Amino acid sequence: MGFLDIRNVTKSYGAVEVLHRVDIAVEEGEFLVLVGPSGCGKSTLLNMIAGLEGITSGDIAIKGRVINNVHPSKRNIAMVFQSYALYPNMTVGQNMTFGLEMHGVPKLEREKALAEVSKLLQIDHLLDRKPGQLSGGQRQRVAMGRALVRDPDVFLFDEPLSNLDAKLRVDMRTEIKKLHQKLKTTIVYVTHDQIEAMTLSTRIAVMNKGYVQQLGTPKEIYDTPSNLFVATFMGSPAMNIIPAKVAMVNGVPHAEVMDADGKPCHLRFDQANLADWAGKEILLGIRPEVITDPEGADRASRNIQSLRNRVTVTEPAGSDTFVTMTLSGKDAIARMRADATVAPGQVFDFAVNMEKAVAFDPKTEERIRP
Amino acid sequence: MSAVTQDTAVRTGRITRTFIYVVLLVFALFYLLPFFVMVVNSVKPLSEITGGNMMALPQVWTLEPWRQAWSTAQVGVEPTGLRPYFMNSVMMVVPAVAISTVVGALNGYVLTKWRFRGDSILFGLMLFSCFIPFQIVLIPMARLLGLMGLAGSVPGLILVHVVYGIGFTTLYFRNYYAAFPTELVRAAMIDGAGFFQIFWRIMLPVSGPIIVVSVIWQFTNIWNDFLFGVSFGGTSQPMTAALNNLVNSSTGVKEYNVHFAGAILAALPTLIVYIVAGRYFVRGLMAGSVKG
Repeated sequence: MGFLDIRNVTKSYGAVEVLHRVDIAVEEGEFLVLVGPSGCGKSTLLNMIAGLEGITSGDIAIKGRVINNVHPSKRNIAMVFQSYALYPNMTVGQNMTFGLEMHGVPKLEREKALAEVSKLLQIDHLLDRKPGQLSGGQRQRVAMGRALVRDPDVFLFDEPLSNLDAKLRVDMRTEIKKLHQKLKTTIVYVTHDQIEAMTLSTRIAVMNKGYVQQLGTPKEIYDTPSNLFVATFMGSPAMNIIPAKVAMVNGVPHAEVMDADGKPCHLRFDQANLADWAGKEILLGIRPEVITDPEGADRASRNIQSLRNRVTVTEPAGSDTFVTMTLSGKDAIARMRADATVAPGQVFDFAVNMEKAVAFDPKTEERIRP
Repeated sequence: MSAVTQDTAVRTGRITRTFIYVVLLVFALFYLLPFFVMVVNSVKPLSEITGGNMMALPQVWTLEPWRQAWSTAQVGVEPTGLRPYFMNSVMMVVPAVAISTVVGALNGYVLTKWRFRGDSILFGLMLFSCFIPFQIVLIPMARLLGLMGLAGSVPGLILVHVVYGIGFTTLYFRNYYAAFPTELVRAAMIDGAGFFQIFWRIMLPVSGPIIVVSVIWQFTNIWNDFLFGVSFGGTSQPMTAALNNLVNSSTGVKEYNVHFAGAILAALPTLIVYIVAGRYFVRGLMAGSVKG
């Protein structure tokens, strides 16, 4: 049993079920990120934890207490909204202490908590201002301050960074991570941005169409995605999904892919049970950084396979150079060192780290597990 | 480039601008003329009106017609002036405006932030009440007021005007609150504020413009209402009914100067409300239509 338990929770609007049997146990101090495309049910789930939406079936419990029918204010949670939802008629200080006031906390304690939190977030010089006089980043801090002051069991964040510009978003992301490391609070965080999910979380729940597709640490999600959706949703540029045939060479399973000229190339698999798929079609998943130039290949890997293919496009991005090629009739992207010398049209010897390759069943779209 | 920037949608030249101002001035004069006639004739003796030019400025300035209209003129059978009826109107208008505005605000709050099954049908029905002509309800209303023992009294009039006003005030507040972010209400719910605390602490403080609209609209309508006043006023008739009795009396000499003064007295409160709060009226009616 976890600190925050979501047990078999479903949500329906009339006959339409939008969340299907969600089961997540969050440990104390964990940073859980719910990530997925819009309409996947992540915000609905968060609102259900907050008590802003009803639960159709199943239970949500905090610290072992089932809170299905407990009023939002009595769940000991705090929420940071996408629009910040600061009360426009109140000052920053009043905004932050409103919740305490409503819960009947004496004025002296309120002021003490306010002083502490505002100092922590470096907004103590803004306390007398109205939200309208603040910049986006400051509003964001105030919204977090309002949640922190309450000292709740669980913090809920609903896409809190999506209204900020790109640079501020990265800064605030680090800020939130620092805050979590310092305060060790339990956080449930909703975002559609997979980078936010990867960088912030201790665990990620990838959601799509009302289902939790995979629940795991960022590394598990990234390296061993449980199905095609997770594989392509997480990571940027997305994982290359290439149709391939399993061919047995010297009794070891290889992926047979076609190069730009339609000539077959064989890449040795690390995964022995793929022998069961000999002669059958699979989908080969390789992340862009797994295809490199031979000098840039991971020296720790025991299975670097060479792949000779023609370069279609090169895209220098400063820190890396992205190289596009055609594999089995599909575009595949490789991520090279910035100073790798490749030119469009050139035939190049790529190095593929097959230790990191994953295979998917083309029918079920599930990963073929080792 | 010109250092002066003008906040206009259409750029106009000097000649066009002069033309616009002249036209506007003519219109303004046209509209102010009747008011000018009323004011001028209310401060001159009756003999000057009957014997001379209505447009001329008075030769003898006097406030006597105002004093008479206010406190001694014959209204109906009693020589009471308009004063007691003015008081009736005040005692009717203030609570009627206050109650209908508060109820409208609460309705708007519930219809936008505490949605329930069938709420839009309910709102549609309330909206429908704005289009029911006064005359249709006269007889049923008289019956109801009689059954409730409120016939011919100020509370009876208040009830009638509140019932008629709620449709409009609900419409105003609902549309205003529809643009109010629901996340704020949710945040307040999590913060532990109850139904009325959210209304009082979060919604009302930002409702200034729409309150002004509702108050002006209700005040003007209720103050100027004649039909309900004359039908249900009984012994406590409002200003409008009294003014009619003053002006339309068929006995004695027609004291036009007193009538003018009385008419201005009757119109004065709504005029003052418009002058004081008029710009908020336009602003409030436009609220929510344009972002920012």
